[in-house]
Amino acid sequence: MTTERERRFVGPRRGQLLFALGFLALSVLLLSQIGRETDWVEKTRLTAQPRFWPAIGLGVMVLAGGLHLWRLPWKRLTRFDRAEARKWLSVLEFALWFMAYVLIVPILGYLPVTMIFVPALAWRMGYRTRFMMILSVLFAVSVVVVFKGFLSVRIPGGMVYEYLPGALRSFAILYL
Amino acid sequence: MELLADSLMILARWDVVLALLVGSVGGVLIGAIPGVGPPVAIAILLPATFSMDPIVGLTVLLGIYGSSMYGGAIPAILINTPGTAVNALTTYDGYPMTARGEPRRALSLAYSASFFGGIFSVICLILFAPVLARVAPMFGSREIFLAALLGIILVIVAHRGQTLIAAALAGLGIFIQSVGLEPVKYTQRYTFDQPFLSGGIDLIVVVMGLFALSQAFVLLTTEDEKTRLAKLRGGLFQGLRELGRHPRVATVSASFGVLMGIIPGVGEFTAQFLSYTYARRTSKRPQDFGRGSSEGLIAAETANNAVPAAAMVPLLALGIPGEALTAMMLSVFYVHNVVPGPNLFKNEMDFVVALYISLLILNVLVLAFLLVATKPLVQVVRIPNRFLGVCILTLSFVGVYSLRNSATDCLIAAGFGVFGYILKRLDMPVVPIILGMVLGGIMEVKLRAGMARVKEPLDFIDRPIAFILFVAIILVLAAHFVRIWRERAELKEAEWQITNRSTRFGGLLSRRRSSLLRARGRTVKKRHSTSRPPSTGRD
Repeated sequence: MTTERERRFVGPRRGQLLFALGFLALSVLLLSQIGRETDWVEKTRLTAQPRFWPAIGLGVMVLAGGLHLWRLPWKRLTRFDRAEARKWLSVLEFALWFMAYVLIVPILGYLPVTMIFVPALAWRMGYRTRFMMILSVLFAVSVVVVFKGFLSVRIPGGMVYEYLPGALRSFAILYL
Repeated sequence: MELLADSLMILARWDVVLALLVGSVGGVLIGAIPGVGPPVAIAILLPATFSMDPIVGLTVLLGIYGSSMYGGAIPAILINTPGTAVNALTTYDGYPMTARGEPRRALSLAYSASFFGGIFSVICLILFAPVLARVAPMFGSREIFLAALLGIILVIVAHRGQTLIAAALAGLGIFIQSVGLEPVKYTQRYTFDQPFLSGGIDLIVVVMGLFALSQAFVLLTTEDEKTRLAKLRGGLFQGLRELGRHPRVATVSASFGVLMGIIPGVGEFTAQFLSYTYARRTSKRPQDFGRGSSEGLIAAETANNAVPAAAMVPLLALGIPGEALTAMMLSVFYVHNVVPGPNLFKNEMDFVVALYISLLILNVLVLAFLLVATKPLVQVVRIPNRFLGVCILTLSFVGVYSLRNSATDCLIAAGFGVFGYILKRLDMPVVPIILGMVLGGIMEVKLRAGMARVKEPLDFIDRPIAFILFVAIILVLAAHFVRIWRERAELKEAEWQITNRSTRFGGLLSRRRSSLLRARGRTVKKRHSTSRPPSTGRD
C-alpha cells in the first residue's frame, strides 16, 4: 500500500533511487578530487581562492544530494528502476544519430548530409509514406537555406566541395 | 520626450521591423506546437542572433518569449494540452468552454486577456523606468552579489516538494561554471588535463543539451497522439468586449504578473496562482472556476503575459536573470559587449526604452496576427510528436555546431541532452542548473570585488540596499524553514492517523462489538447499583 510519504512525493517512483545514488556518487567523486583539480594560492583571501566556488558548488551537491537520498521514501531498487534505466539507455541511440550527423557534415557538406539525415531518421521513426518523405526533404532544404543561406550561421563547407568547379565551389562553401 | 524620440530612432530600421515580425509570428507558431516551447526555440536561435545587432537579436528573442504564450493558449483551449508550460492553468477554464461549444469565445478571451497583460506591464515599466534609473546605480558589487544570492535561493525554494534536489542541481550549475581556466590567478579547475575543458563549458552548449536535445529525445521516445480539433465558429472580437466587463480581475492579475516578473526566480506560475486564487475568492460565481469561467481564463492569461516585460527589469537594471529565458538573453548582451546593469540604465536609457517599445509593438502585432490567422494556425497542433523530435534534433545541430564548429561541444551537448531527458522523466527541474551557472558566475566576480573593501564581515551589509537584501534573504529562508516544519508536522499527523486506523472489515466489526459490549456493561452495572438494597452489615 502507498504510504503518506510516498503519496506526497513529487514525481514518479521509477528511477528516483537510481538517480539519487548516481548523483551523490558523482558529487562525492568530484569533491574527492578537489585537492588535485584546483589550487590553493598563498596570501589570498578565502573568497578569492580558485578553489572556493568549485567547493561551494560541490559542497551543495553533496549536502543537498545526500539529504535528498536520505529523505527518499524508497530504499530498495525494484524491477521498475531497472526498466527505467533501460529507458534512459535507449535514448543513446538518438544521441549517436546526432553525433553521426555532426561528424559527417564537415566531410560531405551541410545540405547533402541534412537531406539524407532528416528522411533517414523520419524513416527510422516509422514515417514511411511518400508525403512524409517529401516533407522531410523539404524541411531539410529549408533549414539549410534559412540558417546557412539567409542567417549566415558559421557552418563550414564540406570537404567534398573542394572537388567542385570554380564558381560552384565558392557558392557551395558559402551557402550550402 | 527626447528620450522617446531617441528610442524610436533606434527602432526605425528595416531589420528591427523584420525582427519584430519574425519574432511575433514565430513565437506564436512555436507556442502553438505542444512540445516545442520558447526555451527550445530561443536555445536554437541564440547563436544565429550573435551575428545581428544587439537590438535586432534581442527583438527576435523577446518576440518569441513574449508571443509564445499567446500561441500556447490555442492547444490549451482546443485540445486540453498546454502549448507552453505556463499555459497549464488556461486548460482549467479554456477547455471546458470548448467542450460546451464555445472555442471561439475562449480563444478570443485568452487573446484579449494576454494583450491586456502584455500592454499593462510594458506601460508600467516605461513609467517605472526613471525610478529604476535612479535606484540601479545604488547597486554596487555587494548588492549585486546579494541580489544574485537571493535570486538563486528564490529559485530553489520555489520548487515546492523538490527543494533538496533543486538545491543540488543549482550546486551542479555553480560547479559547471567554475570548470576551466580561472580568470584571476590563471589556474586550472577541474579540467582533468584535457585541453577542451580549459575554455570552460559554454552556457549555450548546456542550454542546448538540457532544453533542445532533451526535448527531442522525449519526443522521439513517445507515441504520436491523435488530436481532434473543435470547429471554430463566431467572431474573435467578442473577447475584448467581455474583458471590458471584468476590469478589476484583469488589472489585479496584470499587477501580480508585473510584481512576480520583477522578483528573480518567481515568474509566471506564482503570478498565475495568486491571480487565479484572487479571482476565485472575489468572484460572484466561484463555483464556475475550473468549469469554463471567463474570470478564471482572464486571470490566468493576463498574469502570464504580464511577466516577460517585467522579467527584463532585473536583467537590464542589475544584470541578473530571474529565469532560464532571460539567462539565455544575457549571453546576447555579453557577445556584443553590452553589459546589462546599472550603467546600462545610466548611459543607454534610450536602448532600454527602445526594448520596451518593441515589446509594446509586438503585442499589437501578435493580436492582429491572431485575429486573422487563428483558423489556419490551429493546424500546427497536428504535427506528429516524433517528426517534431526529428526536426528539433536537426535544428539543435545548428545551435551547437555554429558556436565554435566543435564536435566536442556537440558531444557535451548530447551528454547534457541525455541528462536533461533523465531529469524530465523524473519530473525534476532543469532551470536551477542554468541559473546556477549564470548566477554562480556573477556571484564569483561580485563577491571577489565586494570583499576587496571589506575588513569585517558586517561591513558587507553596511549600506542600506545591501542590508535590505540581506534581511530579505533571512526572511525567505526563515519562511521556508517554517513551511518545512509545518509540512513535517502535517505529514506526521497524517501518518499517525493512517497507522491508528483499521480499514479492514473484520477490524471494524471487532471495534463495534467492543464498543457495544462496553455500553452494555455500563448499563448493567448502573442497573445493579440502583436495584441492590443497601447492605446493613448484619448478615
